[in-house]
Amino acid sequence: MMLIPILEQVLNGLLAGAYYLLIALGLSLIFSLGGLVNLAHGAFYALGAYFAVKLADHIGFGGAFVLSPVLVALIGLLVERFLFRRFYREDPALGLLLTFGLAMVAEQALRLVFGAAPLPFSIPEALKGQVLAGDFIYSRYRLTMLAVAVAAVAALWYLLQRTPFGRVVRAGVQNPDMVAALGISLAPYMSSVVAISVALAALAGVLLAPITGVHPAMGAEILTASFVVVVIGGLGSFWGVVYAALIVGVVRGLTAYFFPPAAEASMYLLMLVVLLFRPRGLFGERIVRFE
Amino acid sequence: MEQSPVSRRRRSLMQGAGAAAALGTLGFPAIVRSQSEAIRIGHLTPRTGFLGPVGEYAVMGINLAVEEINADGGVMGRKIELIAEDSVNPQTASTKAERLIERDKVSAIIGEISSASGLAIAQVAQRNRTLFFNTGCNSDDLRGKSCNRYMFHTEAANTMYVNACGQALLRDGMVKGKKWYSLTADYAFGHDLLKVAKRFMTAHGGEFAADELVATDTTDFSPYMLKIRNAKPDIVVSNLAGNQITVFMKQYIEFGLPFPVVGFAFDTALAWGAGKGNVLGTWPLVWSHEVKTPAARKFTEAFTRKYGRPPENQAWGDYLSAKHLVQAMNELKSTDSTKIAEYLEKGAKFDVLKTREGYYRNWDHQLMQEMYTIRFKPTAEVKDRWDLFTMSAPVPPANQSLEVIAPTREENNCTMPA
Repeated sequence: MMLIPILEQVLNGLLAGAYYLLIALGLSLIFSLGGLVNLAHGAFYALGAYFAVKLADHIGFGGAFVLSPVLVALIGLLVERFLFRRFYREDPALGLLLTFGLAMVAEQALRLVFGAAPLPFSIPEALKGQVLAGDFIYSRYRLTMLAVAVAAVAALWYLLQRTPFGRVVRAGVQNPDMVAALGISLAPYMSSVVAISVALAALAGVLLAPITGVHPAMGAEILTASFVVVVIGGLGSFWGVVYAALIVGVVRGLTAYFFPPAAEASMYLLMLVVLLFRPRGLFGERIVRFE
Repeated sequence: MEQSPVSRRRRSLMQGAGAAAALGTLGFPAIVRSQSEAIRIGHLTPRTGFLGPVGEYAVMGINLAVEEINADGGVMGRKIELIAEDSVNPQTASTKAERLIERDKVSAIIGEISSASGLAIAQVAQRNRTLFFNTGCNSDDLRGKSCNRYMFHTEAANTMYVNACGQALLRDGMVKGKKWYSLTADYAFGHDLLKVAKRFMTAHGGEFAADELVATDTTDFSPYMLKIRNAKPDIVVSNLAGNQITVFMKQYIEFGLPFPVVGFAFDTALAWGAGKGNVLGTWPLVWSHEVKTPAARKFTEAFTRKYGRPPENQAWGDYLSAKHLVQAMNELKSTDSTKIAEYLEKGAKFDVLKTREGYYRNWDHQLMQEMYTIRFKPTAEVKDRWDLFTMSAPVPPANQSLEVIAPTREENNCTMPA
């Protein structure tokens, strides 16, 4: 039977897509509202993982799971206040240079402080083991991760779509000048958006630390894939990013099944095809100021 | 690290510039005295990317060696000056090797881990007739088709790794009639290793089930875990490299697959990076801090004193190469690359921090040496984060020639270009 293994890969891909999602959503938010392509986003993910490893020694995985994203959000607030804020209205190339530099500084700082070698870290005892459903096998830890990711995405959706805060943010994405004319300052909203976005990245770092290598370049590793998700999904579209993450996961899984050497390359090919036919991405909204 | 090589390099550049300026104003010829006195050695190895964790130990190893050499009075009364840089990728490695030789006038280059970058450096070394000690590239190809007169291999070849681990597999009846499924790092090293692995397994009656080429930056092995689970092999073979191995072991245990795991290449840092409870399998190793010969103990103690952790096998490789180079220079009273190459080819014996002495084989420049295999301890027996595995007796055993595990001329012929 060929079908069951293929189905397995599709399902696994859907789940795997959730890993990119937490990072991609933050990237998309910061870009949509601030016009800043945050190449340092991966660094916050890596910081989240490193904090988790160090904190877990003292307060356990559960404590690190809560505290690490909070700490990273605080760092995000500082970075926003003193660096990002100066670049929202500048030439996008300057923002790129800033965040690219920041990413390198962060990676090298991690290397200086913790060394280049990966730090050991394990799945908490309670979440070890596998779940079997018929022929399908999945790790219990990954299912927990998925539940956390889904909850985080749902909370973010609620915040953006159903609260006064979200309304201002969405208005700011579409037309910041009009928001300003109405007497609303976007600055505090931008701070919050950056804090939330980097906290989500840190959360992804905490979640992935037990199953992947915790090393200085982990941020750079995941950033490219997350960008591809944002580009495929389309800027400014919440659901676009969600769908794109799932599609990328499935395509990668299927390529790993049929033609493994191209597994990592498949998402770039997908991006190429999407951009050829829909330059704004699958669900990209037309945002006047970026046209 | 008490002083990073980068800052050392920058300082020496500044001192050089300052000295040159001072001499210039006084009207002396522009010869910087300190430059003519020190013997320069270039060190290139990946310090970022998926081999970065291993490269870090290479840098620590060579720094310790140079420190010891200079404390012992240097070479012919001259100090050794190390110029160490990140080799990044084959293109950058080639450019940097060129610059080290032409601008910095290094007497030799030591280092590298990526077989692709190693080939790039070897070509520059050959063109400029400058010695290159390969301390971490395993590809047989570098000793065979791509061999050259100026390249010497302290690192063991893929064939040596496969044969070392293979002995353990044969003994445990894990080859004949067994279906093996492999994951291979998708670059020069992995392709070379897969070829050697296939040769070994086929020769001893193993049945090849499938192979997956895995990109070096892969962080999620779950699609492969599902495929392996469906294929139900008798053993799973890892031809992976660097960070891949750490992630592979963690996720293999996460998915709880029941098939025994064997690897054909390994670095201790990758197990340390996975940690207690996240490691499994039988792996070959070129050296570890568990080797207890007097010289090995001395190295392990000095390293642990300096860096606060035991040396890794890659630290051994770079430390050893520097020591061998200096030993040859002192013996010959010369820093001439061609003379040193001839000396090494004559079969000079070297302490390799193992039970038996080693020598560089004359026709392919491979260091003949013992190898080991390791197995991981049950977590209850692990004392600290460095104490994860037990090591076998040296392979080959004392009554056999060191050559029995090395590639033969038929398997990997080398014709040195003039």
